Amino acid sequence: MRPDAPEVLRVENISKRFGSVVALRDVSLRLRKGEVLGLIGDNGAGKSTLIKIITGFHRPDSGRIFLEGKEVQLRSVSQAQSLGIQTVYQDLALVNDLSVYHNMFLNKELTRRPLPLLNNRKMKELTRRYLSDIGINIPSLDIEVAMLSGGQRQAIAVARAVYSEAKILLMDEPLAAMGAKEGAMILDLIQRLKEEGEVSIILIAHNYAHVLEVCDRVNVLQHGRIGYDRPAEETSVEELTELMVSEYRRARAGGGEAPPWEGGAG
Amino acid sequence: MAGQSATGGREGPLPRLSGALLERREAGIFAVAVALVVYFQAANAAFLTQGNLRALAQFAATTAIIAVGLVMVMILGEIDLSVGQAYGFAPIVMYLAYERLLLVLPLAIAVALAATAVVGFANGALRVYFGVPSFVATLGTFFLLGGLNVILTGGFPRPAPEESALKQALGAYPYAGILWATGIMIIMHAVLNHTRWGIHTFATGGNFTGAREAGIRVDRIRIGNFMLCSVLGGFAGIIEAMRIDSIDPLVGGAEIMFYAIAAAVIGGTPLAGGVGTVIGAFIGTLVISILRNGFTLQGVNANEFNIILGVAVLIVMALNIYVGRLRRGRRAPT
Repeated sequence: MRPDAPEVLRVENISKRFGSVVALRDVSLRLRKGEVLGLIGDNGAGKSTLIKIITGFHRPDSGRIFLEGKEVQLRSVSQAQSLGIQTVYQDLALVNDLSVYHNMFLNKELTRRPLPLLNNRKMKELTRRYLSDIGINIPSLDIEVAMLSGGQRQAIAVARAVYSEAKILLMDEPLAAMGAKEGAMILDLIQRLKEEGEVSIILIAHNYAHVLEVCDRVNVLQHGRIGYDRPAEETSVEELTELMVSEYRRARAGGGEAPPWEGGAG
Repeated sequence: MAGQSATGGREGPLPRLSGALLERREAGIFAVAVALVVYFQAANAAFLTQGNLRALAQFAATTAIIAVGLVMVMILGEIDLSVGQAYGFAPIVMYLAYERLLLVLPLAIAVALAATAVVGFANGALRVYFGVPSFVATLGTFFLLGGLNVILTGGFPRPAPEESALKQALGAYPYAGILWATGIMIIMHAVLNHTRWGIHTFATGGNFTGAREAGIRVDRIRIGNFMLCSVLGGFAGIIEAMRIDSIDPLVGGAEIMFYAIAAAVIGGTPLAGGVGTVIGAFIGTLVISILRNGFTLQGVNANEFNIILGVAVLIVMALNIYVGRLRRGRRAPT
């Protein structure tokens, strides 16, 4: 990331409740062009909710979102996509009964002219190129994604988001179902995107070593708040682990302190 | 590789045949249709005569058009119980527009189809915006339209529009119905498998949350397919009215709707969502029609036909689930 990189995304004072459960309270974060921001936090801390607000899936109860300095109202996922926000969801958002290439181009299907029929050949060709770019091997693009392994499915979800001309890429645990080799491929891919410097990334991951390997900066979300924001070089796996664990210990020892599960929602 | 794993290892005709059946959902039901034709022709030489085939085609045509529309809704994991009433409703609206409002026939038909589109919109909107399960929403419109159909006609059959080329083309010509059904099947097959609308329908039915996350306008897909189903049901009703040359308030209802659902299920569209085939529904309709027609020729009564149909639906459903498991079992190597 260039030191003078402009801000592409700013989230200000976002709050979100689901019924009586407070998922996010007054969350603010910012993301600069070409930056890779690591977002970590316990299960139920609100990470996925925050992602789904930026991607237009949920609407916040209050707070504002700015893209390249301009305030936006995100009303739908397709609107957020048209503004250049692409997402790798934790649940992958794949359709089991559709082929690999139809999943790769889900809601971005290529069609022919003049009749708007699907251009399967072109979609297949591009899918093959994307997957080989990443280095993931999938035996046949015609098979349904239900027949693929967890890592292969995840690779498709990642490739789909990366190769859709995103300006902002949101990745919610993109490595969760992957083996060591596949995981390394995705980390390499993120590293490559970082070197190109065109796309800005928010990466959610539970493996702090992965986060520190590729991220410029780390934010920690706890109890629906971001209470920690540091450059990656100023922190360490030990410090981040300590941060998460100590809170739990404090809660157990102190008794009076709020338990870690209070007020959290995924 | 997946291609090899389909047949690899095991040789001989049986595994290959079962492999082919696994590849194409429609293959199994097509084999059943052929076997039934062979059986009934052997049992009764009157089966493959022109007169009988015409009767068979006429019964199959309208049911097939309804079944094709239902497939779109069933892929979404939804159901439209009211489609059999839309089938009765459309010709009545056409009659009113033609006889009372004195519109020309093409316009009267357009008004009738628009009216069924409104019914479909209501079904879809109840489902999408009010969260009413489609079984309940369309049960409501089923009764509502059933009553309306009788009231609008005063309870008596009304005459169909007088002779015209359009009337011939829409059903008065003996093979008009089956030609329309075939054309609609081909078009809807293309829509379902070769357009974005079709892919989005599969996606919405197969993984609703995932489809939303991918930015698919799931509400539009759901409402649109309910409208499509109603309009196709109404169109089938108009074809039937032209054929029997009468507008009968009681022509529609539950029976034809259940036949159409059975046809869709037998053809390979379980109501589970995410899966379905228009061609299968068409062949499924043929199978039901052949069964019904063949049993009638043999003097088997309607009750026995219903038992056979019931057993067929259950067997096919169980097979579908079993074959689905087989397919899932054959995972590609990592």
